[in-house]
Amino acid sequence: MKLKLLWFTTALTLAAQSAIGKINVVATTADFAAIAREIGGDKVQVTALAKPTEDPHFIDAKPGFISTLNRADVLIESGAGLEQGWLQPLLQGARNPKISGAAPGHVQGNAGVEMLGVPASLDRSRGDIHAEGNPHYLIDPMNAKIVAANIAEAFSKAEPKAYETYRTNLKVFQEKIDARMVEWEKQLAPHKGASLVAYHDSWPYFAQRFGLKIEMFLEPKPGIPPTPSHVASLIQKMREQNVRVILVDAYVSRRQADSLASKTGAVTVPVSHFPGGVKGTEGGYIQLVDYLVNSISQALASAK
Amino acid sequence: MKRNLVLVFCLTASAIKAQPTNELDALKRQLQEATEKFDRSLQEHRKIIDDLNLRLQHMQAAQTNGVRDQGLVTSAATNTVEADQSRLTSAATGLRLGTRSAYMDIGLVGTFAAGSSTASDIEGGTQLGGHDPNQRGFTVQGVEATFSGAVDPYFRGMANVLFSIDAGGESFLELEEAYLETISLPGNLQVRGGQFFTEFGRHNPTHPHAWWFVDTPLVNGRFLGPDGLRNPGARVSWLMPTPFYSELSLAVQNSHGETAASFRSSGHVHDDETDEEVPLAFRHADNDRGLKHVDDLLFAPRYAISFEVTDAQTLLLGASAAFGPNSRGGDNGGNTDTQIYGIDFTWKWKPAKHQAGFPFVMWQTEAMWRKYDVGEFDWAGEEEGQIIDVGTGAPALLPGETLDDYRFYTQLLYGFKPRWVAGLRFDYVKGEQGDYERLNLTVDGDALGRDLERTERWRLSPNLTWFPTEFSKLRLQYNYDDRKGIGEDHSVWLQFEFILGAHAAHQF
Repeated sequence: MKLKLLWFTTALTLAAQSAIGKINVVATTADFAAIAREIGGDKVQVTALAKPTEDPHFIDAKPGFISTLNRADVLIESGAGLEQGWLQPLLQGARNPKISGAAPGHVQGNAGVEMLGVPASLDRSRGDIHAEGNPHYLIDPMNAKIVAANIAEAFSKAEPKAYETYRTNLKVFQEKIDARMVEWEKQLAPHKGASLVAYHDSWPYFAQRFGLKIEMFLEPKPGIPPTPSHVASLIQKMREQNVRVILVDAYVSRRQADSLASKTGAVTVPVSHFPGGVKGTEGGYIQLVDYLVNSISQALASAK
Repeated sequence: MKRNLVLVFCLTASAIKAQPTNELDALKRQLQEATEKFDRSLQEHRKIIDDLNLRLQHMQAAQTNGVRDQGLVTSAATNTVEADQSRLTSAATGLRLGTRSAYMDIGLVGTFAAGSSTASDIEGGTQLGGHDPNQRGFTVQGVEATFSGAVDPYFRGMANVLFSIDAGGESFLELEEAYLETISLPGNLQVRGGQFFTEFGRHNPTHPHAWWFVDTPLVNGRFLGPDGLRNPGARVSWLMPTPFYSELSLAVQNSHGETAASFRSSGHVHDDETDEEVPLAFRHADNDRGLKHVDDLLFAPRYAISFEVTDAQTLLLGASAAFGPNSRGGDNGGNTDTQIYGIDFTWKWKPAKHQAGFPFVMWQTEAMWRKYDVGEFDWAGEEEGQIIDVGTGAPALLPGETLDDYRFYTQLLYGFKPRWVAGLRFDYVKGEQGDYERLNLTVDGDALGRDLERTERWRLSPNLTWFPTEFSKLRLQYNYDDRKGIGEDHSVWLQFEFILGAHAAHQF
């Protein structure tokens, strides 16, 4: 009886899915998902695999994700190795030709993005450095425009009938970014050249865009947790250069950042790369950048 | 330009006829230098032209690609070209072997252990796994080379070759896995062919480097063999169209060889079967009926489902079985079979907010039941290591029967802070007393009691693992062993491991 009910529910779910006729989109992280929603509007059903509060490098390859990917029409991933610890076995299990290999439904978010931090040689003694370059490129709003175009391209191929919709949505999104960009640059302009400390080297694109210097990290090397000697030298450097703002990603333990802040008189700013990663950013990508620009400029102003 | 140069050479050549020898030599030298310089410059220009051509092709490809030329992208187009250029130049600086930059991912995992035990029979005694720590002092548990990649648009290939050194210092090589697998069959099907680990439960298909403990659980060691159940064969799996994960698979594999322990194999590996050892069920595994029918192969079905219990909790349930002939058919060449049934349960908690995958709690349990037929066996026909029935005073005549064994392990892992995991495992194995064990038997004058390969034993193993990064680990484990008929033993092992090259992503 129970089994029958299960099959019935399953059949119903499948029927419902095809009846609505939406493109089934799976994004590895919440930032890609947010942009996919902007472009797809009500023509797509978007699922993000990683939660916005999770460390995106370390997501469990849950079997349920295999089923999710099996039903996907479009998969959006970073293309820069952010998901290398978990995506591959899921894709192998998903056996979905629409999103595997070089299929048009398999979006490499970074296509066309100028990658920073591409190592000249690969050497793991320098920490967890991705061969493809620093994968945290989407936090630069100009890169978000490129990613949005990549997504619009994939959506148009998945459902050519809605091409005009995606084209319009893309234009609207890119114009919104351009308009906000003027504001964001204005807000951060007084702080040009200011130095900040971050936990992980995940801010080079943001720093480059807004003329900030985010070159000191709590991690001695990417992926290596803070050591007492590294923190001691960091305190020294922060004092010498009068650095008073520490960015703390939502998924990182606040303990070390708080202790560093108390020793240097700095303020900590909770940040995230993912809409929904910190409170008040659930509304999407633009709201997230709004939040980051506001909180970072406020912190820099108060720390002066 | 070339023609001009040739002309100059000719003129020079005709002029020098009248010159003295020392001047002739000087001119010859100059000529040689000029020629060399010319060749060099030609090569340099060729390189520049090639490079420019390549860039041009790349740019054209980028501009005519997809919807871009239809005006979807404005700012992206220029960026694409720039990025492609930067990729082109970085690609020219040297060879890169890594994910997606070569046709094949290559990785190497080296796993070693050091430690000691109160047991005098570590290899095959307290430690049942072929890649467990096997002696006091140091053990090379295994050095695994993994190769994987897409073969073509239809298949993916993978091979795993293991190098090791046994307790006796003998080197050996094992083909753990080597198979191809379909990429895009219709109907959610996937077919694998080659040599592979049978997907029986959770532990068996896992490579040693992904284990949470330094050794194989006792239940796996006894039922599925020291090296795990793996053999050449084919497997088809079907991902069912349910809203949750649900997968059904069936593997058909050879039923003989040293890696088919409960089937047509003696269960011993690396040719280390010693004559003093009393074999399983007190009879030799030398009556192999061979492969005459399809049902003489090994069949292993599995069904697994998984649910998200809450946002932070995942449950995976599986049921596995393995059916096939065994080689203890006895004197009458009986068609003896083995059936193994298993259920497994994995529960994992990982909060929505975690750093580098920590904290987490994982609870995994596997229980198995084996029905093992043995045929009638008369020791009168054997010359070496004869077992005597004290009741009759003659070589033992062992009855044919079906032996039942039950076993399970349960393990709890707690990743209590980034990079640190504490674990606790409990192993329990037991066999129902067989008719042959009720006989009053002796071998070389020593009384035989219960069959030590089936008798009750248990083990408790707490451990602590430190992962400096995901490419290395250090693990300290204590084993308390209690074997009925042998006694208690204590062992301490320190395991260390490194990974070079491609690091395959972990399965759930």
